[in-house]
Amino acid sequence: MKPIITAKDLCLWYGQSQALKNIDIAIPEQSITALIGPSGCGKSTFLKTLNRMNDLIPGVKITGTVEYNGQSIFDQDVNLLRKEVGMVFQKPNPFPMSIYDNVAYGPRTHGIRDRKRLDEIVERSLRDAAIWDEVKDRLKKNALGLSGGQQQRLCIARALAVQPRVLLMDEPTSALDPISTLKIEELAAKLKDKYTIVIVTHNMQQALRISDHTAFFLLGELVEYGDTDQIFTNPADQRTNDYVTGRFG
Amino acid sequence: MKRSSNLFEGVIHGIFLILGLVTIACVLIISIYLIVSGIPAILEIGLVDFLFGTQWASTAAEPKYGILPFILTSIYGTLGAIALGVPVGVLAAVYLSKMASGPVKNTMGQMVSILAGIPSVVYGLVGMMVLVPGIRKLFQVPDGASLLAAIIVLAVMILPSIIKMSVTALEAVPKEYEDASLALGATPEETYFRVSIPAAKSGIAASVVLGVGRAIGEAMAVMMVAGNAPNMPDSLFQSVRFLTTAVASEMSYSGGLQRRALFSIALVLFIFIMLINALLNFFLKGEKKE
Ligand SMILES: Nc1ncnc2c1ncn2[C@@H]1O[C@H](COP(=O)(O)OP(=O)(O)OP(=O)(O)O)[C@@H](O)[C@H]1O
Ligand SMILES: [Mg+2]
Repeated sequence: MKPIITAKDLCLWYGQSQALKNIDIAIPEQSITALIGPSGCGKSTFLKTLNRMNDLIPGVKITGTVEYNGQSIFDQDVNLLRKEVGMVFQKPNPFPMSIYDNVAYGPRTHGIRDRKRLDEIVERSLRDAAIWDEVKDRLKKNALGLSGGQQQRLCIARALAVQPRVLLMDEPTSALDPISTLKIEELAAKLKDKYTIVIVTHNMQQALRISDHTAFFLLGELVEYGDTDQIFTNPADQRTNDYVTGRFG
Repeated sequence: MKRSSNLFEGVIHGIFLILGLVTIACVLIISIYLIVSGIPAILEIGLVDFLFGTQWASTAAEPKYGILPFILTSIYGTLGAIALGVPVGVLAAVYLSKMASGPVKNTMGQMVSILAGIPSVVYGLVGMMVLVPGIRKLFQVPDGASLLAAIIVLAVMILPSIIKMSVTALEAVPKEYEDASLALGATPEETYFRVSIPAAKSGIAASVVLGVGRAIGEAMAVMMVAGNAPNMPDSLFQSVRFLTTAVASEMSYSGGLQRRALFSIALVLFIFIMLINALLNFFLKGEKKE
């Protein structure tokens, strides 16, 4: 499959400390790539590099290249890049406004004002995020009144509303109960028909259940990257083997 | 040993209780005093004539005690100060809390604190020496001492409290909201206006109410720049008198009904300020809930 995001020799420093070391990875389109590894190994850092959210942190230095769609992300307009490469955060973070306004926020940002079009986008996004039936009668209600799992699916709908091609998810289920987690997993599996998903997870079972490819990070390095089945059943690197079999981390 | 420390604590407790009661007593005494001394003149003049009379001529042969000019001046003056001061204050707060770098932020924050500490008579002086002649020249009016001058001085005076409270409210906005907006491709500025300010709105509203309270209660500075004639405020360039200055400017030489009417004006002002306080509490409660 064609890669949509390619990183070559990517290094990242927070001030003096190096958080990513010579990362080489090609993320294929319309698939789910899981990033696994022990805490502090640089998964979130790598993820946030892809939509340039690291730009906001003072003292960050990046070398190497990251290409999205064949072009360096650092040469692209950052707001357009973030429209194409959406993000779902670890903690559900809907805006303190109505459900409708949450989903319409992105399209409005990108210039859509027409009420009918917004209505369509909101409905389509909420349906795609598998939450339409639960909220369709309360679109004008404050989003903070939803349950944690619903809030997270609303955040996914909000991200989908700007029609991204890639969805970055940083431990999207770590704050959720098992049933909500299952719903998000099913949703991710469904979304990969249309989107490319990169998901950080600490849950080995989750990586195994939903991802096509898995990247194992350790101390800022990408130790191993390959098909999920291979990584979990027949890893090439001893450290990967130790991690996926639960011997450390 | 045990007993003496208990006794000691008891005494300390008693002292604090008494100090607390003193505060409450002050509020009660002032309220009761104002009500008792403010009501007779209102009864004598008639509530409607007093509140809605458009003429104040307390020393005329046939005195008139209508305080509508003062009420309207206080309301217009306050609204004008808010209309000028709130946008400036909120924008400054956005800059300070979200955009300014460390040193700039520190310096500006300190300037704001100094602004808050300047005595109102100094505001009045500067207004008199700079603003009043400025308005006269700029707008070609016979006298610059006017409602407009008072509005501008009040706007500057309420800036510090608006800025400080808004900064606090804006800094309390969870970063996750702003990150979510940026991650959707919104620019930082868009994020401040569409996410941060709405999320901080109850704090900002409270800062506005506080500003209203400060503006409506201010006497010295407006006395020095507003011209102080008891006119209806039907133009920005009119020489006007506020509720506060109405009391202050005649008290020293007044007597009889005129004096009692001044107390009634103070009562009206007091009621205004109580209402504003209630409003402030309402917003602050809303803040806590969120
Ligand atoms: N803003 C920052 N400033 C300085 N150092 C940071 C910053 N963010 C992360 N780091 C450091 O970079 C390293 C990688 O952090 P990162 O958050 O990417 O890890 P992670 O793999 O996502 O961990 P977790 O599984 O706990 O979320 C850590 O050592 C962390 O302390
Ligand atoms: Mg992380």
